[in-house]
Amino acid sequence: MFDWDPILLSLKLASVTTVILLILAIPIAYWLVYSRFKFKAVVEAIISLPLILPPTVLGFYLLLAFSPSFFTGSILNSLFGTSIAFSFFGLVVASVIYSLPFMVHPIRSGLSNLPESYSDVSKVLGKSKLTTLFKVLLPNIKPSLLTGIVLAFAHTLGEFGVVLMIGGNIPSETRVASIAIYDEVESLNYASANTYSLILLVLAFIILLLVSSYNRNYLSRFWK
Amino acid sequence: MIKCDIHKNLHGAVDKMKLDIDLTIDRRSFLAIYGASGAGKTSLLKILSGLMKADSGVISFDDTLWFDNEMKIDLPPQKRSVGFVFQEYSLFPNMTIKGNLEYALRKGDSKKTIDELLDIMQIKNLAESYPKNLSGGQQQRVALARAVVQKPKLLLLDEPFSALDDALRSQMQEYILKIHNRYALTTIMVSHNKSEIIRMADRVIELENGKISEDEEPSHLFQIKKLKVNALVLNIDRDQLKIEVDLTGISNFVKVGLDQIEQIQVGDTVTLEIEYSGGKVTVEGAVLVL
Repeated sequence: MFDWDPILLSLKLASVTTVILLILAIPIAYWLVYSRFKFKAVVEAIISLPLILPPTVLGFYLLLAFSPSFFTGSILNSLFGTSIAFSFFGLVVASVIYSLPFMVHPIRSGLSNLPESYSDVSKVLGKSKLTTLFKVLLPNIKPSLLTGIVLAFAHTLGEFGVVLMIGGNIPSETRVASIAIYDEVESLNYASANTYSLILLVLAFIILLLVSSYNRNYLSRFWK
Repeated sequence: MIKCDIHKNLHGAVDKMKLDIDLTIDRRSFLAIYGASGAGKTSLLKILSGLMKADSGVISFDDTLWFDNEMKIDLPPQKRSVGFVFQEYSLFPNMTIKGNLEYALRKGDSKKTIDELLDIMQIKNLAESYPKNLSGGQQQRVALARAVVQKPKLLLLDEPFSALDDALRSQMQEYILKIHNRYALTTIMVSHNKSEIIRMADRVIELENGKISEDEEPSHLFQIKKLKVNALVLNIDRDQLKIEVDLTGISNFVKVGLDQIEQIQVGDTVTLEIEYSGGKVTVEGAVLVL
């Protein structure tokens, strides 16, 4: 039977994940661009891992990490009072890790494409790094920020393997749209599988359409 | 007075180079740094401003120590009271011209300075525009204004005119001199352009491979007795025996002989012999060579 819950849950998961990622990715990207840390390449590789790792691999290790028989799991469980595997919160944690490169990479390339002299000028003008970041650097990479937000949102919306591994299929808790589609097909309910699919398809199209028209406006304002 | 005695190993584009600079600069003076590219000119400016750290040495401004590696003092650029105009203007595209200047303002400073600067630099009508809508010369003026909003003690200019044509160059030179005098600045300017240095600076050092090879009055360093230049004839005044020629973007009148004037036409390119004395070009004494 078709119900709106999986769609809403997907949107909620994608929104929460995107907001958290935006907050996390800005300092990470900044660090990747400006740090002179020797083993930066290692950190970069770790952040980019989800790009090529099968989602099931990531899901499997997260499942282990969340398991109460593991020390990480027991710490997390005692911290949050409840098991985070097979919960919405667990999904958020997994999505944040899984979509991290999709947010970090655009912001990083945006920052590294800015002329170095922007931050030099700001420094000489006596401004702190934080002021420079928020007043000068970020406002000048708006298109990159938007790309990061859209990619992270869309990627989380389309997530399947990781969710299946650590979220399972609990209605209103972890049963997101992509899982619901799989579930409906399994039970030969092609009609509702089609409805879910169509909604996701239209949603994805609308998001991309909005972004491209926003970017065009943005750019034309910039170049006029 | 600025004392700068620093050493730094630079990894240039071609090979390694050691920057060894021992320099004392008087207050309110206008120092030009001249030299081939890769000689360490920009690095020296960056070290003075604190954007680059010297390996060893001391930098002080009056009684304030800016850098002393033995005492482990290294004031960040934020605390050095320096204005820096970069080769690329580096205006912030997300702010209007006024916004760029206001960003430079210290907390609690009066906005009067900004109005005054907009006035001096003749960019008042551009205050609400964005940098992308400005020409190179206008952007450069804004960059200069922004660098002096805080009334810095030291103004550093890194080839401020390299992207401008000659007419704009001489205009900018005037703006810079105006600012230099108005705010009683100590100014250090990197330049490749001899006439610019002679016109603006009261002292010039030449850098060669990271060392000071010359330290002179500009007119001495570039002393040339006679110079031949080509100039475009703009106008011919047959009564006064004068021609008007275009000399690097500025029109000048040159006296010519009766027999010479018969041979030239408007639009010709002629060769002039110009004298240098005391570092100044005396166009009045220019002689036409035919």
